[in-house]
Amino acid sequence: MGFPFPNGVTSYLYGGLFLGLGLMVMYLTLGVKAGASSVLSSTLTYVTPLKAERSSRDWRLLFALAMVLGAWLYAATHQSFFVTAVGWWRLALGGLLVGFGTRLSSGCTSGHGICGVASFSRASLLAVAVFMAVAIVTARVVLLLGVTP
Amino acid sequence: MKRLISILLGGGLFGYGLAWSGMARPEVVLSFLQLRDLGLLLVMAAALAVTTIGFRLAPRLRQTTLLGLPFSHEVKPMLAGTVPGAVIFGMGWGLSGLCPGAAVASIGIGNGPVLIGLAGMLVGAYLQGVLAEGRPKLQG
Repeated sequence: MGFPFPNGVTSYLYGGLFLGLGLMVMYLTLGVKAGASSVLSSTLTYVTPLKAERSSRDWRLLFALAMVLGAWLYAATHQSFFVTAVGWWRLALGGLLVGFGTRLSSGCTSGHGICGVASFSRASLLAVAVFMAVAIVTARVVLLLGVTP
Repeated sequence: MKRLISILLGGGLFGYGLAWSGMARPEVVLSFLQLRDLGLLLVMAAALAVTTIGFRLAPRLRQTTLLGLPFSHEVKPMLAGTVPGAVIFGMGWGLSGLCPGAAVASIGIGNGPVLIGLAGMLVGAYLQGVLAEGRPKLQG
């Protein structure tokens, strides 16, 4: 199968379904819309005087640990372990911008993209349109500059 | 105990789904952002199908959650940082192929170098926190 889905659609649809079910479990039990980027702020409150997301820090850290376990379970049962070839400076600088930007914007791909859009938040819809457009331009420019993969 | 199991199940499914979808691999995210494989849109559509219905239906069917807690009716408001933050996030996402959830899940698929990205995210979130809350005083 060629563009737009050269690797098929199955893993994307099932992956997205499970991802959504995980967020629904959190909503049906704790009642929270559990976007991922808040865990950055909440975990910082253990080791810094910062206060943002402090009250949710325990469940958010546990949620992140459970995410690691869930991903491990998939990789272990599908021989799907993977080490990226993206260079360390791109991970470091990109990560820095992601951490700063998601907290400034109050959301990320899951917080704005899934929880916010599902709640019909106009701010989230705008944020998604902006970060997708900027990310596509950035990734294309990086590619054109010959930085691979 | 019920709370603990709920969080483990919710986070576990979220991480499992991220690994299954391929989004825990920066290369797969970058192939979307370079517009070579649009699979990420399917991931979002499938997740949104579940949450859009669920967020609406659950509070109509029940007064409280299965654990007796209140349902959040949070709708993210437009704030001064919403768009500038999205621009900065987009630059970082396009450069690295990492977003916070996928980066956490990426640890689970054995992607050691992602720890560099997560360290960067914590530094970035710290800098944003300091700017937002003022320079924290180390002494009480």
